[in-house]
Amino acid sequence: MGFGPFLFLATLEGLVQASVLVLTAVGLSLVFGVMRVVNVAHGEFFMLGAVIAWFVATNMPGDPAIGFIAALIISPLAVGAVAYVADRLILTRLNYNPEATIVATIGLLYVIQQSVLMTYGADARPVDPPFYYTIRLPWFGYSSYKLFVIAAACVLLGVIWFVLKRTKWGLLMRATQFDRETALAFGIPVRKVYSFVFAIGAGLAAIGAVLIVPIQQAHYLMGLDPLLLSFTVVIIGGLGSIQGTIFAAILIGLSDGILSVFFSPTLAKIVSTLFVAMVLVFKPNGLFAKAKR
Amino acid sequence: MTDKTGNKTFNLTRRTALKGLAAGTSLILSPAVLRHGLAHAGETIKLGAPIHRTGIGAAYGRWYERVANAAVKIINDGGGINGMPIELIIEDDGTDPKRGTEVVEKFATEYKVDAIFGQLFSHVVAAAAPRAGELKVPYLMCSETHQLAAGGFSRYAFQPGITDVKSQIASMAPWVSKNLGKKVTMIYPDYAFGYGHRDFFSAAMKEQGGEVSTLIPVPPTETSFSRYFPQIDPSSDVIYHVMVGPGVLTFVKELGEFFGSSHPAIFGFVDSIEAVDLATPQLSFLEDSYFWEAAPRYAQADQTEFDKFYREAVGVDANGASTSDPKDISTYSHMFSVWETLFAIKSAMEAADYKGVEQKEAFIEALENLGTMEASNEHPQGKKVMDPKTHQAFGVQNISQVKSSKMEVVYTTTIEEGMYEPEVDYSKMSL
Repeated sequence: MGFGPFLFLATLEGLVQASVLVLTAVGLSLVFGVMRVVNVAHGEFFMLGAVIAWFVATNMPGDPAIGFIAALIISPLAVGAVAYVADRLILTRLNYNPEATIVATIGLLYVIQQSVLMTYGADARPVDPPFYYTIRLPWFGYSSYKLFVIAAACVLLGVIWFVLKRTKWGLLMRATQFDRETALAFGIPVRKVYSFVFAIGAGLAAIGAVLIVPIQQAHYLMGLDPLLLSFTVVIIGGLGSIQGTIFAAILIGLSDGILSVFFSPTLAKIVSTLFVAMVLVFKPNGLFAKAKR
Repeated sequence: MTDKTGNKTFNLTRRTALKGLAAGTSLILSPAVLRHGLAHAGETIKLGAPIHRTGIGAAYGRWYERVANAAVKIINDGGGINGMPIELIIEDDGTDPKRGTEVVEKFATEYKVDAIFGQLFSHVVAAAAPRAGELKVPYLMCSETHQLAAGGFSRYAFQPGITDVKSQIASMAPWVSKNLGKKVTMIYPDYAFGYGHRDFFSAAMKEQGGEVSTLIPVPPTETSFSRYFPQIDPSSDVIYHVMVGPGVLTFVKELGEFFGSSHPAIFGFVDSIEAVDLATPQLSFLEDSYFWEAAPRYAQADQTEFDKFYREAVGVDANGASTSDPKDISTYSHMFSVWETLFAIKSAMEAADYKGVEQKEAFIEALENLGTMEASNEHPQGKKVMDPKTHQAFGVQNISQVKSSKMEVVYTTTIEEGMYEPEVDYSKMSL
C-alpha cells in the first residue's frame, strides 16, 4: 500500500476515535468545569451506555436500525438517570468536597462495574450496526458506519454548542461555572444545575458508547480506556474548557490513529502520555485554559 | 459542619464510623463469606478449578465451567473415583496471572485440594503452575501452552487433555505450505501464546521451504484492528491469523472490511472465532477460508458416537452453540480439554488406588504412565498419547474449511505428525 492511502486510512481511523473521544471528554470536562468534580466513574458511565445499548438493541424486534436508534435515545437517558440518582444520593451528601468526591466516584466506578458484571456477565457482546455497507476503495475497504460515527459526532457537538451558548439552560450552566456564589445570589438553583450537569455529562459518555458499540462490543471492562483518554484530553485542553477539549480530542485521536498505523499503538500511547506531561510542565492549566481569575 | 466560607464540609462522626465497621465485620464473618474456610475434610476427592470467569478469557471460562460440571456429574453418578465422589471447587481467577496464582495458593493451603485443573491462558499458567509446583500440588493445565513440554515447570505440572501449540503447528505447517502457499503474513496476540505461534510456525515454514514475510503482533486487550492491517504484505500468499480476547469479533469483522472479497488465502486458528457466531453477516468473507480446529465445532457427517455423547452431556448442539441459546457459541476446540483432563485424573487415580494426599506420589507416577488413551466417551476429541517425559499429551488436529457459514473438516493430521523430540524429562525429577 502506498503512502497516500496508508495516511488516508490512518486519518480515518484517527477521526473515528476522535469522534467518540470528543463526546466522552466533553462530558467529563463539563462536569469538572461546572461542578469542580473529578468524575473517576466517567468511564463506567460510558460502559453502562454500551451495555444498555446492547439490552435495548437485542430486545427491540425488527430491523437493527430501529434497535440502534432506540438505543441512541434510551441509553443516554437511562445513564443520565443513573448519574442523576448518584449525584442526589452521594455527591450532594459530600457537599461536592473535591477530595471526597474523587473517593466516592472511585467507589461508584466499582459499584457500576461489578453490578454490570453480576447482571450482564463477563462476555463481550455485539450490537448490530444500523447498516454495514462497506465502501470499497482501490486500496482497502472501509465501513460506512464508521463514517456515520464521524458525522454523528459533528452534529452532536453542534447541538452541545447550541445548548451551551444559546439556551437558558446553557446560560445557567455557564453562570454556575463562572462564579458559583454569585450565581447562587442571583437565585440560580445551583444544586439542580449540578445534578443536571452530572446527568448530561454521563449521558454524553453514553452517546459516545452507543456510537462505538456496533464497531467494538459491549464489555464490562471497556470503561478504562475512554476514562484515561478523556482525562488526557481534558488535561491537554484545559479542565473545563469545551473548545480546548474538542481541539485536544481531535489532536489525540488523530495522533493516536496515525502513529499506531505507521509505527505501533504502544508508541502512540507513549506520545500522548508524553504530551500530557509536557502540557503539565509548560502550561499546567491546559492549552486553552483562561488565566486564573 | 461548616467551614469559614460558609460552605458545608463533609464529616464522618466516630459513631458512624463504628457503625460501618461493625456492619463490615459482621458481613465478613457471615457464613456466606466464611463458607470455604469451614470446608470439612471428608471422604471426597477435592479438585480445585481456577476458571477464567471474568477478564479477557471469560468466554472460555464460561464453557470450561459448564464442561467441568458436566464431567464431574457423570463421574459422580458412576460412583466417583475409587468410591469417593469428586468435590469440585471453582474459583474465578479473572484471567489474571496474579489472581490466578493466589487462587492456586488458596486451593493448596485453605481447601487442601487433591489436584488443581483448568487454567487456560498461557500468561496465567506461566505464573500459577510454578507456584503449584512449590506447594507440591498436582497441577493440570488445559492450555495448549508449550512451556510445559519445554521444561518450564515442575514434575507436578501436566497437560493430559490437549496438545500443545508446538505440536499443533508442526502437524499443520506442511499442509499450509503445500496447499495455500509459502509466503505468509502472521497476525498474532502480543504475549506468550502468540509468541509460541510466531516461533513455531516460522520454524516449521522454514523447514517446508517457505517463509513468514511479515509479523504483526496485536495486544490481546486491543479493541480496534483496522490500523494493523496496512502492514499486511500484499505479496503474501497466506494470511495466518490467531487472536484471543473480547475483541475477536471486531478483529475478524474489520479484517473482512479491509479486504472485501479479494484477499490472499486465509488460514486461522479457530481461537480467532471461538465463541463467535460464524453466521454473522459481516463474516461472509471467511467463506472458503481455512481454520485449525482441535475438535470440530460443527458436527461432521462422520461424527463419532463419542462426540455425540459429549456434545449432549455438555449441552452443545450440532452447530456448536448452547442447546438453550443458539446465540451462545461454545469454545468447542478448547473446552474438551477440561473433560478429558478430568477423566485422565480419574483413570490415574484409579491406577494408583488413590485414597488421599498420602498417595500423591503414586498419583503423579500414574499420570506420567497414562500411555495411550483411546478415543472414547472419556476422550471424545480422539486418541491421545501421553509422553511420560514432557507430561504432554499428543492428539490429532483438524483443518476445516468454511462452507455455507459452517466448518467442514478437510484434513485430519495423525498424532505422529505432531510429535517432536522431548526437550525435558520431568519423570527423573524428585517429588
